Order: sequence, then C-alpha cells, then structure tokens
Amino acid sequence: MKLNEIKEILAAEVVCGDELLDREVTSAFACDMMSDVLAFAKADSVLLTGLVNPQTIRTALMLDMHAVVFVRSKRLTEEVVALAKESGIVVLSTDCRMFDTCGKLYAKGLKGSGEGDG
Amino acid sequence: MAEAVRFHFDVDGNNFTMAGQASVEVKKSLRQLGISPETIRRVSVAMYEGEINMVIHAGGGTADVLVYENFIEIILADEGPGISNLELAMQEGFSTAPDNVRSLGFGAGMGLPNMKRYTDSMDIETALGKGTKITMRVNF
Repeated sequence: MKLNEIKEILAAEVVCGDELLDREVTSAFACDMMSDVLAFAKADSVLLTGLVNPQTIRTALMLDMHAVVFVRSKRLTEEVVALAKESGIVVLSTDCRMFDTCGKLYAKGLKGSGEGDG
Repeated sequence: MAEAVRFHFDVDGNNFTMAGQASVEVKKSLRQLGISPETIRRVSVAMYEGEINMVIHAGGGTADVLVYENFIEIILADEGPGISNLELAMQEGFSTAPDNVRSLGFGAGMGLPNMKRYTDSMDIETALGKGTKITMRVNF
C-alpha cells in the first residue's frame, strides 16, 4: 500500500516527507513499546504508534521502515520532526485512535508483520 | 586478515534524548562503505539496543564498530553496575529498567534478546560493580 493511500484512509496530516508519499509499504506494525518494534517489525513497513520521542524515529530508521503514523493527534517537537526529515522517514499524524487506525488500514488490505512469510 | 575500518563513539549516559545517535551514525557510515542493507539493518538494530541499554542501566559507555572483510564486530563497554543474573537478563520480557524508561518506549525486557536475535554471535563479560562488555558479530 502506498503512503499516499494511508494518508487518505486516515485523513492524516503529513508532518514531513511530502515528496516521499509514493513509497510502497508491505506491512504495518502497531506498538508503543520500541523494543517490541525492534524485535518484530519488518523492513519497508509503517510504524503506527502513540509514542512521541526521538527514539520512535530512530527505531524506524534502524529497521529500514518507511514511515511513522502518530495516532491520537500527538504533537511532535521540532527536534523529532528535524530528525525524521534528516532520516528520510515520512511522518503522518492522525486524529484516529490506535484500534481504529489499525482497523481502517487492515480493512483496506494492509497486513501485519506477522502474516505471510512472517 | 585485512585491517578493519573502525568507528568509535562515546555514549552519553545522561541524555536519553540523544541515545541511539551513535547507531544512526554507524548506519550512515556502513551505507557509505557499500555494506548490504540487510547486514546494516542487523548491525544497527543490535547496536541501537545496546546503546539504549548503556544509557538506561550503566550511565553510558563506549561503542566500537569494526568492519572486517566478511564480518562486522560491535563492542559495547561500560563501567556500570554489571548484570547480576545473565540467564534472567537473556529471557524475553525480563527487565530491571525503571518505570520512567517504560514510558519512553523501552524496558520491555527485549534488549539483550534482540541483540542476540540480530547477530551471529554475542559474548557478554560482566562483573558486578565493575561493568559490562558485550561483543557482537554479524557475518556477511
């Protein structure tokens, strides 16, 4: 699923990475615990989280994830946005809560990281 | 064995916001060396977990990454309290991290297991009250 589509489905605001929205993600991982993300998330995926700090962006970067969607209308500090820009990570922000975010994307065909060959 | 390319970092133990920055730098440098993305991913996740651990538990330390012809070695050394029960620390879900760390997204008890998961070998030398040295290797 393209990031552009995710943005539309979640009526999300693009915080940074507007020029990278045609990137394709192959799975999603939803979690506020970064160590679990590091254990299970796949490359070329999108992270759905409510945890806003620089570690969220670094975690996505380490795993070669393409994007982070912050749920529950979280506001990001300039520092976090700057790190995401520098790292080439697309950041979206949605008013949706976590369960709704996951459900909306799943219903449109985006799979979790444990499906398929996972 | 050919001379290794070496990267050295001091990890600041008092700045959780900056924790992981050394791993970010290593990732960039390994890309410039033309290492494969999957190898870089494994090295950076393992090092990142280790770096976070040093900040949470040990008041910082040093990180060295050595790139050899067909493997990468990551050496993390600190002068923290040491690990009192290594067997427990290696169990997924076991954590001694304080609650404030959990609110930052860590302390799930996955650090050391993740480091082992992403590397081909991991050796831990630890002494109570003296510190811990972890040597990990990723072959490619």
